[in-house]
Amino acid sequence: MSTMTAQRQAGWTRRMGHGVIIVLASAFLGLFLLLPLAAVFVEAFRQGVQAYVASIGQPEALTAIRLTLLVAVIAVPLNLVFGVAAAWAMTRFAFRGKALLGAFIDLPFSVSPVISGLVYVLLFGAQGWFGPWLNAHGVKIIFAVPGLVLATIFITLPFVARELIPLMQAQGSEEEEAARVLGANGWQMFFRVTLPNIRWALLYGVLLCNARAMGEFGAVSVVSGHIRGLTTTMPLEVEMRYNEYDYVGAFAIASLLAMLALVTLAVKTFLEWRYSDEIAAHAPGGH
Amino acid sequence: MTMELSRLSRRFTDFAALDDVSLSIAPGEFLALLGPSGSGKTTLLRILAGLDYPDSGGVRKDGRDFLAAQARERHVGLVFQHYALFRHLTVRENIAFGLRIRPRRTRPSRAEIGDRVTRLLKRVQLDDHGDRYPSQLSGGQRQRVALARALAVEPDLLLLDEPFGALDAQVRVTLRRWLRELHDELRLTTVFVTHDQEEALELADRIAVMNRGRIEQVGSPEEIYQQPATPFVCEFIGKVNRLTLSENSGSLAAGEWILPDDPWDGRYRQGIAYVRPDQLRVAVPPPQPAWTARLRHVYLAGSVAHLDLHVASLDQAMEADVASEDLARLGLQPGVELRVAPRRAVLFPLDDDSGQPVARDRSTWRPPDNS
Repeated sequence: MSTMTAQRQAGWTRRMGHGVIIVLASAFLGLFLLLPLAAVFVEAFRQGVQAYVASIGQPEALTAIRLTLLVAVIAVPLNLVFGVAAAWAMTRFAFRGKALLGAFIDLPFSVSPVISGLVYVLLFGAQGWFGPWLNAHGVKIIFAVPGLVLATIFITLPFVARELIPLMQAQGSEEEEAARVLGANGWQMFFRVTLPNIRWALLYGVLLCNARAMGEFGAVSVVSGHIRGLTTTMPLEVEMRYNEYDYVGAFAIASLLAMLALVTLAVKTFLEWRYSDEIAAHAPGGH
Repeated sequence: MTMELSRLSRRFTDFAALDDVSLSIAPGEFLALLGPSGSGKTTLLRILAGLDYPDSGGVRKDGRDFLAAQARERHVGLVFQHYALFRHLTVRENIAFGLRIRPRRTRPSRAEIGDRVTRLLKRVQLDDHGDRYPSQLSGGQRQRVALARALAVEPDLLLLDEPFGALDAQVRVTLRRWLRELHDELRLTTVFVTHDQEEALELADRIAVMNRGRIEQVGSPEEIYQQPATPFVCEFIGKVNRLTLSENSGSLAAGEWILPDDPWDGRYRQGIAYVRPDQLRVAVPPPQPAWTARLRHVYLAGSVAHLDLHVASLDQAMEADVASEDLARLGLQPGVELRVAPRRAVLFPLDDDSGQPVARDRSTWRPPDNS
């Protein structure tokens, strides 16, 4: 009898423990994530839907959106190609300096974005190493779109490669070798064997890369020069509007970025749920 | 289709995977590359498949330079140890892969490809598994899909890398017999890599035994088993008792067992003798020379019994095989003392200076009066 009570007691205590932890985690999440997210939308719609639509419809807002899309459209495909090539090199070849390449791929993660931006100013700015030469040839990189693209490429460089390397490592190269012996040329091998095996991980990497490319602030802020209607991307436009006390305008743009984040999160969660074995470097199923 | 492999060498950073390997492969033969891991057998297979290249040496196929052709131009079928099936394709699509990727000129029509795949599925006994994915098949079934995929492109040469390595024992034996029958039917030149001597002895027309990047011996399974050319082959193939011979009052001997006629006419003072368990006689009548051995244990393995012996004068364990039905007749019970001596032995002299076996002076010993 007493053991029964003790067991029930122990079970109750355990359930209590679980409950406390869950409530704590939820409260933390709510306070630091959901509340700010909700605040973005509340602030954006504070003066009604019309004010919201009008503030997004302003020409500077539209150029900021267009510019953000342009930067992403250039940076993401380039990093897709780079990511696949880097992952291929890292997992299929043995060469001198391989560990170094691996470290370099991670560099943008470990360097502060502001530094990343400054490096480009140092290289291509008016007083920079290549500044005079660029100036003489009429090429403008810093405080112009090319600078934004360069900084974004640098910041988002690791996303695709980091996603692919562990997966391609785990899958090994035997299927590719089998394709070659069966008569496939390099393109056939890549498009018929490699790509189908990495497609979901690649999509996942591109998604993360894109979210970062559109949302990056630090590095882009340094090279942008904040020329309204010319070099302000969406995150920069948010900051500028905020500094000008245009709260509805700032939060309206911010709400767009927040929606991008939510969509990314949803697709990412779906991919993780549906194709978990093809994304993470788990033991490949069909071995 | 004759293949001549001449003086192939391949070094990896810290070891020689192939060291001056020459070998010829006859049309239609079933050749086993047998050796422990790291002996270079898989490297040799990969070189034939075009997935690796030697540092020196050449391969000629019907007189033409085979290494100049890329993997995709070699008409070779390769079955990987872990099958390497395309996981995103069905069984039918896997088998059809090699045909579908051909350039339009040489690609069979869709219907022809379909027919060929159906025939191959029947051949590998997977008629109703065509629409499954590799992950839905058992190991033995995957192996057969890999074989069908390799056969679909009608190769001149079939290469199998440890074809049964990842299968459990029962499936392995069944698939082995089946593969042998398939080979007898197709007469396709086949080279397979294995570390399992039983597999090689059972399947192959010819075996090349490899060790540390070199070929130790090439021959029929009988030759390899009965006439091992080197100490390594003696020890790697089957079980064997190893005895040290040393000079004792003018002749070479291992304890009480004395060689009356020195096979090397006194050129060597030491040697080793290899005696297979089935070549060790138990219950040797006097006056023939024999060791006295204590029977420690009897392991009954069906029709054969393995005897675990200990020879006190050599302080050495030995193993002898006898027919199970002889156990009672010879009174073989643990604890009894037996007079044992070789019925046949393979001898190698040891070089006086280096102490290394001299394989070229190998000699086979039989008792002078084999009664």
